[in-house]
Amino acid sequence: MHQRILIIIPCYNEETALPAVLRDLKAIKQFNLTILVVNDCSKDRTAEVARQQGIRLLDLPVNLGIGGAMQTGYKFAHRNSFDLAIQLDGDGQHLPSELHKLIDHHNATGDSVVIGSRFVQKTAYRSQWSRRTGIFYFQLLYKVLLNRKIYDCTSGFRLFDKKAIAVAAQVYPDDYPEPESLILFSKLGMNIAEVPVLMQQRQGGASSIGSVSGVYYMIKVTMAIIYSFIRYSQKKTWNAFRS
Amino acid sequence: MERIQIIAITVSLLFLYYISRMIIKGRLREEYAIVWIVCTLGLVLFSFWRNGLEILSGVFGVYEAPNLVFTAAIFAILIYLLHLSVVNSKLQQSNKTLTQELSLLKDKIEQNEKVQQEQQSTAAT
Repeated sequence: MHQRILIIIPCYNEETALPAVLRDLKAIKQFNLTILVVNDCSKDRTAEVARQQGIRLLDLPVNLGIGGAMQTGYKFAHRNSFDLAIQLDGDGQHLPSELHKLIDHHNATGDSVVIGSRFVQKTAYRSQWSRRTGIFYFQLLYKVLLNRKIYDCTSGFRLFDKKAIAVAAQVYPDDYPEPESLILFSKLGMNIAEVPVLMQQRQGGASSIGSVSGVYYMIKVTMAIIYSFIRYSQKKTWNAFRS
Repeated sequence: MERIQIIAITVSLLFLYYISRMIIKGRLREEYAIVWIVCTLGLVLFSFWRNGLEILSGVFGVYEAPNLVFTAAIFAILIYLLHLSVVNSKLQQSNKTLTQELSLLKDKIEQNEKVQQEQQSTAAT
């Protein structure tokens, strides 16, 4: 209860799904939650929706993409010295009722990064075959680079502790940050864990990954992952973070 | 002096004048202008000294002098484009930081205003 937890909701045109997410979050009383909406220069009324509900809002004047928007949230968490930060999408895909699973896991194990995963166990969630192929491919990549299995590297439902927040506030990838950031955290020696959660099909809005740009996404993320792997393998960058 | 020489000299000099004017007016930063000025000076030099091109081709072992010009030009353009990409990346990075700081500041101001309003309303009652 004494833990101060920041819920970061990155939003781009989420006026339809956001009110329900905020309502569900506000109903949670068992944790000391602060809700923060990061509005990535939406073209709809996302900012007004958040303001009306009296939610803390970071309103980006320029569209930065998901990575830049998330990092703004982590900077906020770092400067206001929150104990934990949890990223949760504004489209209704991630259920606020599943929050406790991430927090409980962190409190039990002390793992720095906890990912809410769709695939650790069989759940009702069904994704497109193209996305499944992509995720299988990334599992292979992580197996080769990090020698461990990460089931759901694209999941945007994740918990960071103070250490991870401090790093993310400094460096966070820009365009498709979820898979790439795992390399960073792993290379810095932080524990990454996955917890099975229920997820819903999105309630509104569109994925940041379109079907047409899927191949582009794979190539770009692969490059980003490999270059990050090399960059954070170098001792110099590594030491800069430890101090 | 041949006709093509005169044309080349005139064009290069005009280009040089145009670049200088942009720098004077502050529309082009000197660091980017250096490349252009060096290239244009090269053009002017070889417009006057036509044999120089032949000699240089001989040195590099290029049979046709114009091929040397094209190769050098393409290479220079490639390098410059890469340089521009680097500049652009840096610009994007600083743009991101600025945007983030701006939104954080906006939030801080809003919070302060809220506190002030509350204080005023409690003072009024």
